[in-house]
Amino acid sequence: MQSKTKHFIDLSVLFMLCALVVTPVGSNAAQEEQAPGRKLAHQVIKDRELWDTTDHSKHKVLRQNFKSGSEITRVCLSCHTEAEEQFKKTIHWTWTDPNSAEDPITGKAGHSVNNFCISTNKMKDQMCLDCHPGWRGKSEGVNCLVCHSQKLPGLFNSKAEFDDINEAFATYKAFAGDPDAKEMTADIQKTFYEAITAIGRPTRENCGSCHFYGGGGDGVKHGDLDSSMINPGKGLDVHMSREGQNFRCTRCHTTRVHHVAGRVYATPASLHRKSLTQDDLTPKIMCVSCHGAKPHKIGRKINDHTDRVACQSCHIPSFAREKPTKMWWDWSLAGKLKDGKPYQEEGKFGKHSYMSKKGEMRWEKNVKPEYFWFNGSIVTLTAKDKIDPSKIVAVSRPVGDKDDENSLIFPFKVHHGKQPYDTINNRLLTPLVSGPEGFWTTFDWESALLTGAEATELPYSGKFDFVETTYTFPITHMVAPAESALTCFECHMRGKGRLAQLAGVYIPGRDYNKWIEIGGLLLIIGSLAGVFLHAAGRILSAKNRRG
Amino acid sequence: MKMVKIYLFTRFERIWHWVQMLLIFMLIITGFEVHGFYTLFGFESAVKLHNFLGITWCILVVFIIFWMLITAEWKQYIPTTQKLFEVAKYYLFGIFQGKEHPIHQTRESKHNPLQRLIYLGLISSVLPVQIVTGLLYWTYNDWQGWGLTGFLDLQIVATIHFIIAVYLIHFIIIHVYMTTTGHTPTAHIKAMFSGYEEIPEDTPVAVWAIKKPKNV
Repeated sequence: MQSKTKHFIDLSVLFMLCALVVTPVGSNAAQEEQAPGRKLAHQVIKDRELWDTTDHSKHKVLRQNFKSGSEITRVCLSCHTEAEEQFKKTIHWTWTDPNSAEDPITGKAGHSVNNFCISTNKMKDQMCLDCHPGWRGKSEGVNCLVCHSQKLPGLFNSKAEFDDINEAFATYKAFAGDPDAKEMTADIQKTFYEAITAIGRPTRENCGSCHFYGGGGDGVKHGDLDSSMINPGKGLDVHMSREGQNFRCTRCHTTRVHHVAGRVYATPASLHRKSLTQDDLTPKIMCVSCHGAKPHKIGRKINDHTDRVACQSCHIPSFAREKPTKMWWDWSLAGKLKDGKPYQEEGKFGKHSYMSKKGEMRWEKNVKPEYFWFNGSIVTLTAKDKIDPSKIVAVSRPVGDKDDENSLIFPFKVHHGKQPYDTINNRLLTPLVSGPEGFWTTFDWESALLTGAEATELPYSGKFDFVETTYTFPITHMVAPAESALTCFECHMRGKGRLAQLAGVYIPGRDYNKWIEIGGLLLIIGSLAGVFLHAAGRILSAKNRRG
Repeated sequence: MKMVKIYLFTRFERIWHWVQMLLIFMLIITGFEVHGFYTLFGFESAVKLHNFLGITWCILVVFIIFWMLITAEWKQYIPTTQKLFEVAKYYLFGIFQGKEHPIHQTRESKHNPLQRLIYLGLISSVLPVQIVTGLLYWTYNDWQGWGLTGFLDLQIVATIHFIIAVYLIHFIIIHVYMTTTGHTPTAHIKAMFSGYEEIPEDTPVAVWAIKKPKNV
């Protein structure tokens, strides 16, 4: 008997061993090795020590008093002769999509709208211009410092007393020539000198001074970009954290003649997902560029997902992980006054839940993204496009389809809101918000919409109402460490999985046919009942025969 | 009636039977987790286990087919209609009247005509379809390279695989119950452990199995 058991075990072990050879899942050797994607990426950044051929503090031309920003730029351009011309061709300066149709014009300076502050009114809304990289908006030339100075007043690193450099210039102008303020004006000039000699490639703070505050405040717009990314911990962003790789934005948003790689409205950041080993001139904007197309350990099923699921979908489990982001903005409730005065209410996370100026708002933290097919292109409505106000209007939406091999399942922040539209023309309206004629001063929709339409040079019937809209942001920053990536179950589950709404694909664990399951259940119950009855019959009939 | 012991199931058959039982049991447990019925091992582990067990089973099947061919035991599965209805009638009526089973097992014919038919159906259609759909499901990512994407749909493959799994549960319920219908309720189960089945002395060889298989 013992030897029989032994043979039994021997043979079983033999089968199992055979299976091990065929299925590499249990292989220990593969598990100890580094994932190929990590290895590849480490090779890419091996010689990442960037070096400069100039030290700006040694340039004598920078040792002078400056009365305005444009004077500083003039000095910059005396050496960097082509920089201004290059920069003025980029979307950072024009605020129009270089691939836009002639009419309507896509871009903030064109006819594009969103569901935050809605429109820049062809850059006539002065508040929006705070983020334009020129001196006093566009009027006095390029502001090189906002992107290249690492000691700019207002930046995190800077210890200057001023909120921004324009304030410093204003103060300097007011006191220049005043003998009593000599020390102060000298201090201001010292601030300028520090700013213009600490020059380099843009840091996270330089880019973040605008991109972290889009929509009028910290973390309002993107969900994956806010001031927590200035100095993120490793849990927030593996690539940008100091304990991690300490990447700057430009590590991935690689730059050619001042053009920064990245998606521009409907134009994807990159048309092809290529690794640097396939094409070393490809912009390093895609995860695949450095990590390769099959980055996980050999034999792992997730490598089979990379053709249809974006890396971001699993590796960014949630956005706004440290600071809240705005998820709802209802303009229709704006303009309520208390005792004739505007007021505001504080809600969750110490953020405003109501402002007379802006209406009702909802903030969320640690938000699970929504997932859509995405080929890298986002369609944004303009104030010239017709809308259907009977439905929720997608002011911007991702383009993609399961049948398009360039489309991946990609995570998004979807910002909901209500905004004004022209009930006769069925177009979204572009209210002027800031300035003496703006809504924030007058609290009068009629005039704000009229002046806004005039500024944007668009017709307005005079009749308006509010429509619910959505605006989408691809979630691609805040990449978490590998151990925080989603487990399979997050999507491969019934009912409330992350991909519950994604149509067009069969997802094991999520999908089933109700009727087949009912049929199966009936078959099993029927079999059990049949067996039970048969057994009962046997027992009873045997009893009868004996009795 | 005098009973004699005959050696019916060789060591390999018994091992195959019980290994297969374990594999199918585990395949159903893990497979239903992958299908979304419950969480037990966790989705990823369930998938890994299911793939591992499935491949193990495929290897076992190769051994079984090899064994059947060289021992000529495949002849045990040649279908027949002779006495088929008598057997069916026995399970439907006779068994309740204390009648004797119309067929007795012999070395030359281990299975009654009903068993032959059902096992042949399993071996020739149900299990191959299950194996093929399982392998296709497993190799889903290679479909494109093999030019299969136009013809196949994961949903259809997965649905067939699931329907057969449910059918197998139905089979197992009946199969396990039928083991209790021997001359004692545990006689058949014991036989699958020891290899020896008790049959009445002088049981004639069934007509359809007169030809003695070679190289037993």
